[in-house]
Amino acid sequence: MRPTTSSAASTGRHWRAVDGATAVTTTPLDPENWSCPVPLRDHPTIVMGHGGGGRLGAELIEHLFLPAFGGTGSILAQLGDAAVVQAGAARLAFSTDSFVVRPRFFPGGNLGDLAVNGTVNDVAMTGAVPLFLSAGFVLEEGLALDELGILAQTMGAAARRAGVEVVAGDTKVVDAGHGDGAYITTAGVGLIAPGVDLGPHRVQPDDVVLVSGPIGLHGIAVLSVRDGFEFGSEILSDTAPLNGLVAALLAAGVDVHMMRDPTRGGVAAILNEIAASSDTGVEIVERSVPVPEPVSAACSLLGLDPLEVANEGRLVAFVGRDDADHALEVLRSDPLGVGATAIGQVVAEHAGVVVARTGIGGTRVVDFPLSEQLPRIC
Amino acid sequence: MCLGIPGRVEEVWEADGTRMATVDFSGIRKEVCLAYVPDVVVGDYTIIHVGFALTRLDEASALETLALFREAGLLDQELGTA
Amino acid sequence: MKYLDEFADPELARGLLDDIARTVTRPWSIMEVCGGQTHTIIRNGIDQLLPDDVTLIHGPGCPVCVTPLETIDRALAIAARPEVIFCTFGDMARVPGSNGDLLSVKAAGGDVRLVYSPLDAVHLARQFPEREVVFFAIGFETTAPANAMTVHMARRLELTNFSLLVSHVLVPPAMTAILEAPRRRVQGFLAAGHVCTVMGMAQYVPLVERYQVPIVVTGFEPLDVLEGIRRVLAQLEEGRAELENAYPRAVSFEGNPTARRVVDEVFEVCDRQWRGIGLIPRSGWRLAPAFAEFDAEQRFDVGSIVAEESPRCRSGEVLQGHITPPQCEAFGTECTPRSPLGAPMVSSEGACAAYYQFRRLNGPALASS
Repeated sequence: MRPTTSSAASTGRHWRAVDGATAVTTTPLDPENWSCPVPLRDHPTIVMGHGGGGRLGAELIEHLFLPAFGGTGSILAQLGDAAVVQAGAARLAFSTDSFVVRPRFFPGGNLGDLAVNGTVNDVAMTGAVPLFLSAGFVLEEGLALDELGILAQTMGAAARRAGVEVVAGDTKVVDAGHGDGAYITTAGVGLIAPGVDLGPHRVQPDDVVLVSGPIGLHGIAVLSVRDGFEFGSEILSDTAPLNGLVAALLAAGVDVHMMRDPTRGGVAAILNEIAASSDTGVEIVERSVPVPEPVSAACSLLGLDPLEVANEGRLVAFVGRDDADHALEVLRSDPLGVGATAIGQVVAEHAGVVVARTGIGGTRVVDFPLSEQLPRIC
Repeated sequence: MCLGIPGRVEEVWEADGTRMATVDFSGIRKEVCLAYVPDVVVGDYTIIHVGFALTRLDEASALETLALFREAGLLDQELGTA
Repeated sequence: MKYLDEFADPELARGLLDDIARTVTRPWSIMEVCGGQTHTIIRNGIDQLLPDDVTLIHGPGCPVCVTPLETIDRALAIAARPEVIFCTFGDMARVPGSNGDLLSVKAAGGDVRLVYSPLDAVHLARQFPEREVVFFAIGFETTAPANAMTVHMARRLELTNFSLLVSHVLVPPAMTAILEAPRRRVQGFLAAGHVCTVMGMAQYVPLVERYQVPIVVTGFEPLDVLEGIRRVLAQLEEGRAELENAYPRAVSFEGNPTARRVVDEVFEVCDRQWRGIGLIPRSGWRLAPAFAEFDAEQRFDVGSIVAEESPRCRSGEVLQGHITPPQCEAFGTECTPRSPLGAPMVSSEGACAAYYQFRRLNGPALASS
């Protein structure tokens, strides 16, 4: 359904926000200056790819949202998983995320797990201790109360496990046929201790790239129960709160420079984002990347790249070379980091580009995924 | 074109007059159609393309091919060109 | 033996590469016809590992790249109809038509569904008898048996709401067209392994004899592709022109007679437009008259289709190996994976997309080598 406030359909070039009785005219969109968005020029509507965690989504943020909310110098423009803001004497990390996964129940978890862990993790990636969450529910008329009950219980349990408290919430109901069951939006806030300073500005050539465990589990778990692609598998989503791992690393004094959790778009998206924002090159060794055999098989079957598959309980960390072994030791002593391993390094060459040494010793560029992955036959 | 993946036939049955199977790919199981490989039985490996088995994989042949690859490498060592 | 890791063994790969390096004494150009092989090459960095004298030309073996524009436009028109559930492989979802792609039709409210197998489309037809289920039946000979079987199933299940939009293309006529072209650079071929699993090898004998080119039937794992290249090069260096089977574990000379029988029944040969290349006579399959009731082209009157290719797109020349993608003026500027003008920039195994990846690297490929 097209948003009723948009006049994009008729004019194709300008978008005006209409606020009740007063028409508020904003700066017209100038798609000509986007990086050649042929599909968008001809079809000025949202497509599924905008939500895929890849290049399309990044463009939407850069050209539509940023200009509206603050422009290039703003805190938002830093585009971290969470915003780091100063509030009086305290440094806070603040993040929000919406959860729309379908089906809502999948092997290893449900929408409620993602809604809590996803925001806890975004906040934790800044090095903050996550403290409080809010939870907004958009519910479709007709949703079974039993199901909602399970989602809520799941969220409560996940919050307790992560050591955070849900302190605010909201519920809205939309007409049947207009809401796809349930959407959950959570926002989270955490406190960053003095001296903790993570971010792309700290990433340097020679840094080691670590991943906290095997990749691809969540994306494949969800795909295994999705219409049109069902397959039998034992794979469970890896959804989990990562703030414990983060706290352990910081408490042990590990020289962590930056961390991200590779959700939509997978490890490939994260590495590309970090390479771009830190203006360095990243090189990984494919044989070092831990991909469980069933994940690899599912990817082969469907023509997917494990590096682009979503994870919900893994972190990628950039650490100082001298501290890499120490970091791995700390990660591996936590149940959530048992499979932690080094997968590559940061280099000065080919800034902004992620390159992989392939299994047989060749080279390939790991590109920023364009949008959502489409299973292929070729 | 032709994304065909090898998998092991675990179970065979008939549905609506068509021979079907559950094929295992290292822990992933998919229902596929065996109509084109009437001689494939449980335990065999097949190439699966868009849900259809196209051929039985011949193990002896595969081992022979791998041996040939090994030879190609060895030859270079013998000649001192590796 | 699981037939996967064994054929990606790095030590054996090194052995094959060393043998190739030892064999090659002058420049050669080899074409791999099949997009799946192109994908293996790019995915594993094989072209970077070969000696500089060896040029790999990525052929038109990607149905995504060669499905005629007019067919894409027809698919878009059918998918937009409210009564239709339009089922397609993921590969086709983002291929640009004259005006948009299947995903943009979905964005505008069309019921477009990505499926893994044509069987999924049959299931949908049974599940939704009040809707018209259309399956986009593209592909080479490898996919035709699957598509043909769905027609048989639909008939047996007496489904009246199921149809195929067929656009099958055949490999040997395409190879012939490439071999006949006046500016032919290709000196040897890797033939498509899974196509041969179905069709066997007989069709390539006359090509070898008439044009005196090596043709090696090749598989898809990294070692298979290296071996196919190795054998073609060995033939070229020795002045031989033979048909070889480097994929014997999956391909026999006679192919799969059961599959061919069904395909011969359901489809008939026709002329086919190859996007960017033009008309190649008798290079496609369409539904045979006996199965006309399952032909979406006849079932849905979408008016006259006027296909408008971008005048800037030179994909035809790329697909036949006449130019490399960087030689196209639009490459990397107007035409990128983000905003493709033509199909080879969309497809994960299209030549243009492949070259695009590597243009971002300057200097030595790996700093840590």
